[in-house]
Amino acid sequence: MSEQKLQSQTVQTTGHAWDGDLQEYNNPLPVWWVYTFYATVIFSIVYWVIYPSWPIGKDWIGGMSKITYVNSEGETKTHSWNTRALLLQDLNKAAAEQKPYFDKVSGMSYAQIAQDPEMNAFILSAGRALFADNCAPCHQAGGQGVVGFFPNLTDDDWLYGGSYDEIHQTLMIGRRGYMPAFGEVLNGDQIDQLANYVAKLSGSGHDAAKAAAGDALFHSETAACFYCHGDDAKGRKDLGAPNLTDNIWLWADVPGASGDEGKIAAIRGVIAGGLNKGVMPAWAGRLSPEQIKVLTVYVHELGGGQ
Amino acid sequence: MNLNFKHEWIETNIGLMAVLTMLAISVGGLVEIAPLFFIDKTVEKVEGVRPYTPLEQRGRDIYIREGCYTCHSQMIRPFRDEKLRYGHYSLAAESQYDHPFQWGSKRTGPDLARVGGKYSNQWQVQHLVAPRSMVPESVMPNYPWLLTTKLDISDTAARMKALRKVGVPYSLTQAELDANIEKFGETVAKQLHIPDAQKNLVEQANFGNYDGDRSGISEMDALVAYLQVLGTMVDFSKYADDAFVGNR
Ligand code: HEC
Ligand code: HEC
Ligand code: HEC
Repeated sequence: MSEQKLQSQTVQTTGHAWDGDLQEYNNPLPVWWVYTFYATVIFSIVYWVIYPSWPIGKDWIGGMSKITYVNSEGETKTHSWNTRALLLQDLNKAAAEQKPYFDKVSGMSYAQIAQDPEMNAFILSAGRALFADNCAPCHQAGGQGVVGFFPNLTDDDWLYGGSYDEIHQTLMIGRRGYMPAFGEVLNGDQIDQLANYVAKLSGSGHDAAKAAAGDALFHSETAACFYCHGDDAKGRKDLGAPNLTDNIWLWADVPGASGDEGKIAAIRGVIAGGLNKGVMPAWAGRLSPEQIKVLTVYVHELGGGQ
Repeated sequence: MNLNFKHEWIETNIGLMAVLTMLAISVGGLVEIAPLFFIDKTVEKVEGVRPYTPLEQRGRDIYIREGCYTCHSQMIRPFRDEKLRYGHYSLAAESQYDHPFQWGSKRTGPDLARVGGKYSNQWQVQHLVAPRSMVPESVMPNYPWLLTTKLDISDTAARMKALRKVGVPYSLTQAELDANIEKFGETVAKQLHIPDAQKNLVEQANFGNYDGDRSGISEMDALVAYLQVLGTMVDFSKYADDAFVGNR
C-alpha cells in the first residue's frame, strides 16, 4: 500500500478516469528503447538512400549503391543495387576463379585432359556434382543405370558410341532409340525363332532348330533386323541399335529372368512390343558448353570410354 | 474547426478504434504492394509465356490436390548455387497466369520451376509411381493411383471459366479468340478456347501419351504434361544474361 502511494506521487497518470476512480499511470518508455527507436528511424533513411526504395510514378528510386558486372556480350555495366545484378557480379567472380580451369578445359583436347592429373582431379569433382544434379536420377549415382530404363554408362558397351565425340554428341542433342513392334508383322512362331536366335548370339541356352530359322529371318527382308542391328548383329551406333552378341542387356531383362525359357520370353517381349521409350534428354540448352565437356570426360572416365 | 484532438475519443469508441487500427496496419501492405501495380517493369516483357492448356491446367489442379507444393517450390532465386542447380532465375512474367502461384518456400525436394524437359515422360511416370526405384535415397511419397485413376474431364470448361474470371485470358467469344490469335499465335490460341476445352484436352493427351498407356486419359497424363511444360515457355537464349536486371 505504502509503495503504491509512493509511486502515485512520482508517476503521473494519463488524466483519464473511468468508472469514477479507475486511473492509468503514464510511465515513460525506457531511455534505451527510445534511442533505439530513433536509431532505427535514422537507419531506415540511410537505407532508402543506399538501396532501391520509394516508388515514383512508374519507376522507383534506385539508390546510391551500384553494382558493376560484365554481361554475356562482354560489356561492362553498372546498375543500381538489386539481386539480379548481384547474381551477375557473383557469377563474374566465380567465373574468374574457375576461368583458369574452364579455359583449360575448352582449350585442351580430350586426350590432353585425360593425361593431365590436375585436370583429371578437376573433372572428377566438377563432373561428379554435375552428374549428381542432372544425370543420376536416371543413370543412378554411379552411372550403373537401371535395366529396362536407363543404360549403364560404366561398361564398355555403347548404344551410340563411347568415344569422346560420340558421348559429346549424345549429351548435346539427346537420344531416342526406336525399334518397331513386330507383334503384328510376324507371327508367334517367327518371333519365338528370332528370340532363340538372339539368345544364341549372346550365348544363352536356346533351341538350335528355332535359332537357325531365326537366323534366316533376322537376315531376311521380312523381319529386316539386320538393317538396324547389322549383318553381324553387333549393332549400329548411328541408330542406337545395340550389339546383340555381348550378353549385355538394357531392355530385355535377360539377366533377371530365370531359366532359358524365361530369358527367351524376355527377348520375345521386346521383339513383339518394339521400343520407343528410351529417351535421353538434350542438354545443349540446359548446360553450358564447358559443363557438357566436363561431363563428356567424366562419363568417358566412368569406365568404358573408347 | 475544432483541432483539439483527444485520444479519449478513440479509446472510448471501440468501433472507431477498430477502423483506425485496420487503417494503420494496412499501410504497410499498401506501401509495399500497391506500387507494383503501377510500375510497368514489375512483369518482364518476354515472349512465349502463355496460359496452360486444358490438360496442363488439369495437371496443375492435381499437383495442388496432391500437395506437391508442401515439398516443392517453383521459384528459382537469383543466387549462383540456384542458377547452377536449377537454371535461369524465375521471372515474374513466368507465373503471370498462375492462380494461385506455386512459388512456395518449402524445399524438402528440389525446386520444380524448370523441371520441364529435364527428364523423359517415362522417368516422370516411374518416379511418381515409385520414386525410390529411380532415386534410391528419395523420401518422396509414392503416387501409384495417378496412373490408375481416370482423369475427370467433365468440368474442364467450368474450371477455365473460373480462371478467366480472375484474369487468365482463356477465350469464350470469337472476338476473344481473335485477340488471343494476335497475342499467342493460332496454335496456342485455339488451345485456350473454352468451348473446345474437352476436345483440346483429349487431343493433347492422346497425342502426347504422357503416361505411356494409350487406353485412356489418366491423372498421370495431366500431371506429367504439366511438369513437362514448367519453365520451358521462355527461350532464354534469345535474351542477354542481363536483359532482366532493369526490372528490379
Ligand atoms: C530422363 C532420364 C535421363 C537423364 C536425366 C539422362 N539420361 Fe542419359 N540416357 C537415358 C536413356 C533412356 C538413354 C538411352 C537412350 C536410348 O535408349 O536410345 C541414355 C543414354 C545416354 C548415353 C549413351 C549411352 C550409350 O550406350 O551410347 C550417355 C553417354 C548418357 N545417356 C549420358 C547422360 C548424362 C551425362 C546425363 C546427365 C547430363 C544423362 N545421360 C541424363 C536417360 C537419361
Ligand atoms: C529400325 C531399326 C531396328 C530394327 C528393324 C530392329 N531393331 Fe532391335 N533395336 C533397335 C534399337 C534402336 C534398339 C535399342 C532401343 C533403345 O535403346 O531405346 C533395339 C533393341 C533391341 C533389343 C533389346 C536389346 C537389349 O539390350 O535389351 C533386341 C533383343 C532387339 N532389338 C532385337 C531385334 C530383332 C530380333 C529385330 C528383328 C525382328 C530387331 N531388333 C529389329 C533398332 C531396331
Ligand atoms: C514428402 C515430400 C515430397 C512430396 C509431397 C513430393 N515430393 Fe517430389 N521430391 C521430393 C524429394 C525429396 C525429391 C528428390 C529425390 C527424388 O528425386 O525423388 C523429389 C523429387 C521430385 C522431382 C524430380 C526433381 C528433380 O529436379 O530431380 C519431381 C519432378 C517431383 N519430385 C515431383 C513431385 C510431384 C509432382 C509431387 C506431387 C504429386 C511431389 N513431387 C511430391 C519430395 C517430395
